[in-house]
Amino acid sequence: MSAIIELKDVVTFYDLIIALRSISISIEQGSITAILGNNGAGKSTILKTIMGLISRQPSKGDINFLGGKIAGIPTEQIVRLGISYVPEGREVFSELTVKENLLMGAYTRKDKKGVKKDFPWIYNYFPILKEKENQWAGTLSGGQQQMLAIGRALISRPKLLLLDEPSLGLSPLLVKEIFNIIKAINKEGVTIVLMEQNAKMALTISDYAYILENGRVGIKGPSVELLEKKEVRELYLGIYSGSSRNRYQNIKKK
Amino acid sequence: MFDFVQMLVSGIASGSAYALMGLAMVIIYKTSKIPNFAQGEMALAPSFFAYMLIDSYHLPFYIACILTFGFSVFLGCMIEIIVLRKAQKSNVLGMIIITIGLEMILLGFVSWKFGAEPKSMPFPISPYDSIPMKDLIKGTDLIIGTLELFTFTIALILMIIIFLFFKFTKFGIAMKATQQNQVIARAMGINTRRIQMMTWAISSFVGCIAGLLVSSITLHPYMMWDPMLKGFSAAVLGGMASLPGSIIGAYIIGILESLFGGYISIEFKSVVSLMIIVVVLCIKPSGLFARHYIKKV
Ligand SMILES: Nc1ncnc2c1ncn2[C@@H]1O[C@H](COP(=O)(O)OP(=O)(O)O)[C@@H](O)[C@H]1O
Ligand SMILES: [Mg+2]
Repeated sequence: MSAIIELKDVVTFYDLIIALRSISISIEQGSITAILGNNGAGKSTILKTIMGLISRQPSKGDINFLGGKIAGIPTEQIVRLGISYVPEGREVFSELTVKENLLMGAYTRKDKKGVKKDFPWIYNYFPILKEKENQWAGTLSGGQQQMLAIGRALISRPKLLLLDEPSLGLSPLLVKEIFNIIKAINKEGVTIVLMEQNAKMALTISDYAYILENGRVGIKGPSVELLEKKEVRELYLGIYSGSSRNRYQNIKKK
Repeated sequence: MFDFVQMLVSGIASGSAYALMGLAMVIIYKTSKIPNFAQGEMALAPSFFAYMLIDSYHLPFYIACILTFGFSVFLGCMIEIIVLRKAQKSNVLGMIIITIGLEMILLGFVSWKFGAEPKSMPFPISPYDSIPMKDLIKGTDLIIGTLELFTFTIALILMIIIFLFFKFTKFGIAMKATQQNQVIARAMGINTRRIQMMTWAISSFVGCIAGLLVSSITLHPYMMWDPMLKGFSAAVLGGMASLPGSIIGAYIIGILESLFGGYISIEFKSVVSLMIIVVVLCIKPSGLFARHYIKKV
């Protein structure tokens, strides 16, 4: 049992606005870790901080990946260490073809032959991408773009895959499909960090979970335990039991 | 008929130079989001550099050209590193002013070093060489200037290389990716700073070729003013962000202005391109070939 990545007392600012207030998170190698939180809690900021996408941040704290410090080093180098990022809202290169998008995902890889062999591997997860191989990514549907964004991150053969709200704006059926694929990717040995507002789905597939509130870690623990916790059920899952259900019904009656 | 074809040919030749200038501007615009008004002078300086190598150092023309290519790439990189990277915090308007300032500096330097009077570039092909084409179209003989043909051929080869570069090389695709979304390009492991610098280098090189082609006809500090303006017009016509658009725009301008000069008025020839721009922008403000993809949420 060892951590693949660790954030220690990380503080991140956007200019003068503080977004992360001393975050400490440890991700177990080979696990799926969910980080939950409402809009504005700081989920995206955590990933951008790890990737080094916010200039001169984190302003305090340490980030260790496989034992080495990565806070403050350029993004290109962080990617080369084996971290891959699926941004919120897909952010595919809309005027590149599906194939070119995947090629950009493999930008850091030197083994041309290996990359060529990995295309079928990606298309096996997402057969629709094979069909649309030569179309501009901008012409894909939201769900297909999400698949492309995941494929693009996967083809770099990462050790750690960071996903920012992959369920955003997708139909429940598609969300289920995507989450199944995330599980399958994890089975292949890729450690996964999953940022989600869709707490129910995320807690069902993850091993461990953190709940963010206002740039701080609130509740944390194994996902199975959080699923049973009363405050989690009420606040994040919308499941009311016992007295709270009555209270809700009382409100409804009024 | 003879006149018409002849005018068409000379329009295509000048259109080729405009196309290269337009391409150079669009390549930079797509990555840096600024119209580079120093483009003309970034082509001027290498042309005079070549002239200096040949005239003062007596180097053979082709060697001078190769050294000049190197110089233009170096110039592009330097401008990006020294000036624009430092100025990245300023807004678009500030950046535009910086490119205009650069233009003045380069122009001033060339004028000071070489003087304002026209020189003649020892180009291997003179504007008076020509290839007669007998019976090309039934009964009409056509005279095509060798230089015109050469200009068109070089421009065409360069365009094909640029097309292949952006279509098939990993670095070219990475350049397009950076143009579309710089932050995500970085998250793919692309060194976007290097891409930015290479953009300026490539654009400077393309402009340098245009400059050398223009210098075969005329060599003086203001020689790039007209091609730059036409190239810019072509780029705007093409939607400012489309490589094929700027090429098509350049040939439209080159041909129309040549026909206008032949049939209507040689004095007002140059005004044509600006008239076309005004008309096009009134009808279709985003340019003739602008493409927009609505981002799906
Ligand atoms: N580019 C930015 N500039 C300033 N503040 C930002 C920026 N991006 C996010 N924030 C702020 O940082 C906080 C965390 O945002 P974010 O990480 O995007 O939350 P989440 O992803 O959980 O919805 C929010 O208060 C948000 O307003
Ligand atoms: Mg977010």
